[in-house]
Amino acid sequence: MDKKARKSASGGVSRRDFIKGVGGGALGTAVLAPLRGQAIATKKGRVPVYERKTVTMTVNGKETTLSVEANETLLDALRDRLDLTGAKKVCDRGECGGCTVLLDGAPVYACMTLAVRADGKSVGTVEGLAEGGKLHPVQEAFVEEDGYQCGFCTPGFVVTTSAFLERNPAPSLDEIKQALSGNLCRCGNYAKIYGAVASAAKKMKGA
Amino acid sequence: MNSKDYMAEARGDAAKRADKTPQQAKAPAAKPQTPPAAPKAPDKAPDYRLIGRPTRRVDGREIVTGRARFTQDVKLRGMLVGKVLRSPYAAAEVAAVDLAPALALPGVKAALKLAEGKVRYAGQQVAAVAAVDERTAEKALGLVKVDYRPLPYVVDPDRARDAAAPQVRDGRPNVERINEYARGDVEKGLAEADVVVEGTYRTGIEIHHPTEPHGSVVAWEGEHVVAYDSTQNIHGVRDGLARALKVPAANVTVVKDYMGGGFGSKLGLNEQTVVAANLARMSGRPVKVMNTRQENAVCVGYRPSSRQTYKVGARKDGTLVAFQLTNLACGGLGPGDDVAEPVVDVYRCENVKVFEETVFTNTGASRAMRAPGHTQGAFGLEGVMDELAAALDMDPLELRRRNYTTKNLGGTGLPYSSKGLDRCYEAGAKAIGWERRNRRPGEGAADGPRRRGLGVATSIWFGAGVPGTLADIVLYPDGSVEVVCGTQDIGTGTRTHMAVVAAETLGLEPKDITVKLGNSDYPWAPLSGGSLTTPSVAPAVRDAALKALRRLEALAAARLKVEAADVAMGERKFASKSDPAKSVAFADVYRDLRRESVFHGERGGMPDGYAYNTFGAHFAEVEVDVETGAVRVLRYVAAQDSGQVINRLTAESQVVGGVTQGLSAGLFEERVMDDATGNPVNANLRDYKIATSLDVPEITPVFVDVVDPVINNLGTKGLGEPARVPASAAVANAVYNAIGVHVREIPMTPPRVLEALRRKESGS
Repeated sequence: MDKKARKSASGGVSRRDFIKGVGGGALGTAVLAPLRGQAIATKKGRVPVYERKTVTMTVNGKETTLSVEANETLLDALRDRLDLTGAKKVCDRGECGGCTVLLDGAPVYACMTLAVRADGKSVGTVEGLAEGGKLHPVQEAFVEEDGYQCGFCTPGFVVTTSAFLERNPAPSLDEIKQALSGNLCRCGNYAKIYGAVASAAKKMKGA
Repeated sequence: MNSKDYMAEARGDAAKRADKTPQQAKAPAAKPQTPPAAPKAPDKAPDYRLIGRPTRRVDGREIVTGRARFTQDVKLRGMLVGKVLRSPYAAAEVAAVDLAPALALPGVKAALKLAEGKVRYAGQQVAAVAAVDERTAEKALGLVKVDYRPLPYVVDPDRARDAAAPQVRDGRPNVERINEYARGDVEKGLAEADVVVEGTYRTGIEIHHPTEPHGSVVAWEGEHVVAYDSTQNIHGVRDGLARALKVPAANVTVVKDYMGGGFGSKLGLNEQTVVAANLARMSGRPVKVMNTRQENAVCVGYRPSSRQTYKVGARKDGTLVAFQLTNLACGGLGPGDDVAEPVVDVYRCENVKVFEETVFTNTGASRAMRAPGHTQGAFGLEGVMDELAAALDMDPLELRRRNYTTKNLGGTGLPYSSKGLDRCYEAGAKAIGWERRNRRPGEGAADGPRRRGLGVATSIWFGAGVPGTLADIVLYPDGSVEVVCGTQDIGTGTRTHMAVVAAETLGLEPKDITVKLGNSDYPWAPLSGGSLTTPSVAPAVRDAALKALRRLEALAAARLKVEAADVAMGERKFASKSDPAKSVAFADVYRDLRRESVFHGERGGMPDGYAYNTFGAHFAEVEVDVETGAVRVLRYVAAQDSGQVINRLTAESQVVGGVTQGLSAGLFEERVMDDATGNPVNANLRDYKIATSLDVPEITPVFVDVVDPVINNLGTKGLGEPARVPASAAVANAVYNAIGVHVREIPMTPPRVLEALRRKESGS
């Protein structure tokens, strides 16, 4: 079965709805109950069906063990279970970047990542960027250039920028715009954020 | 809050000089007995140490580290999560609501019926539940049984005007008049005109979509209610919630530390705040209700649409002789915006006639959105001005300058307390390189399918601030200083400007000042909207700080054994003016305060006889692909007259944000309703398009620094809305200059640009 066919075979339920629905609403009752305690075949072999799972992840450098629901997003786990509320719930469906965190160093939308996917991995949130009370150069630059207004999208922008500058330490303006295009700022402060990113790049090179 | 109430707030005490109440609309505006001359603004801004210069936000560290506490982040002991069930029908009779199955679910602690009788839009609240967590609450919502009897509905404004259309409000027509205004004789003016230009300009429905959805956490502490609310108006929510719960206002406290955007959609008491309070009362536990993104797209307002038809007459030399405007607005279950203010005020013209109606539909009610009525009005007025300039073969900027006025009501009313629009035109034109525009629309050199053009647009808005705003300065014997005001920082940098004004006045640095705001128990300040926060709060802080300074000077005088008038503040010390060798350090003077001392400040009144407004001129350069219809903004200059700037850094952000929102509304944003279901088809952030970093060029803010001589003790005016007003219009006019035909409808999506080009080719 090719990818496309498999998608349509899910009967109009998006993958996202499916993963959130399993164990949660009506779909969970319908699909999960008969399978509970069994194993189902997947591309990677047979995997057990579970409702909850204990996961261990390194969050901002600290090893953390949590019991999460199978369909729980990383965003909900961070916000509700670990009180790490820096990542924000803006759209809860991967449209805005307000919940961006680092998963093994790479930026991901925490609302589109299941908590179980973080098992055995490192998770970096905006709360972990400053070290020993000293702001990360990206954070410093956002303050200096006023790269924010209401501040709700800022944690997402700061995390995205920190990962981007690791990959591209001397970006052009076009590259900056491209890198930030997955993060929405409704106050519309992009033109100030460009300056903050450029200034952060200079700081990090000097560091 | 709807736009009408909002505009009353925005105008502040303007009721006295109201220029278009229905009574006055028929008779010409009363002229003052002896019109005062416009006061002379100082040529140069005062030389402050901090005010007017860039200051980093005092709370920047909280924001960038994720520690800033937004309503969404509030978590109280024992807190429940509330969720609201909403009608899927645009109109229905709710015959029965059965909460019992939901209440039977383990973990559900309270449930509430919210709809009685008819629901009138898809998304209207029907029931609510509170449960131990979000998942349980969501599950419980699915168990509430509602017996809906669907009714005919109408969501299309044109269809709603048909006599046969379903009546949206029982016993009331779907179309209502919202504004009528006349001065002079428009027919006579048009008859005398050498050139008459007509055009119909449309603006779509734009949704606020603040990143933080509307939400509230409410806790009862005995008889006292504490609401953590995502609001632009803590005092207003306090009063509204007290009424809704039937408790004394004195028993309600509303707290807002940080808020993720509002743009006018968070000005009043929201339904979910009342829901949270009632669920909390029923369950005896704190309850949090946060809207989802989808809920925020349907039930907390939007900017109403408009369809404006202008007829303008001018003499050959560009002198305007007549303006006629008819408008049909649509704000769903609420009235649409009156868009006439720009045409009534901005240009010198003796003959003006306005007629505006609104049409009601089965969609949620609109709310005030950043410069309600003015963004729409500016798009229409500035568009027709550019088409008139082309008909006169005149530079659009020259046409605007030729009809410049220093009095409101198009030169027939009161003098403005200050008006720096002429300086905005000059500075903006220079910064963008206005001489590079195509001399006639569409006459520029082609680069393959790409055409470039430049456009200008003008703004007028209020922004005087509200007399009676209060702020306290508290001095402590240990030398610490606090500034307290019951305002709210909605992201504009209010905390920082309060610190700047206090520090400037008291010889300190902003970081030395502890700022307290966002609590309705603090001294009264108005809602944060109408561009009135800074011109309300900064003068009150200044007043309090000056009083504190007088006290410190008196203490210093006692120490120095000189007259208080002989004391001057220096580098963290007070010294005798006559004998500078005599001085005493701040710390010693503060120590003489035996206890903390509070100094009450108030924003004073404004003299009658003037019109108080803010102005701006925006310049855009665009590139249009005539094969795809895609528009790209290449450069943007926004020149603003908002009086004395308090903090240049955050002021720049306000301008950049206003321009970006205007660009976004001009090119991308539009709610689309599905006539077949009565629901929106783009109730999310993917299909409802908001500008991203890929769409926004570098933006150059210019402040002309005209310090208002009478408006308040700092000469400062508001900025938030002025920066938004003309942005879609400037982009549209640049597109016109590029392709030689005005698109006349926002958002200017590629199909609409191509349609306009076809219109041009067919010569219609």
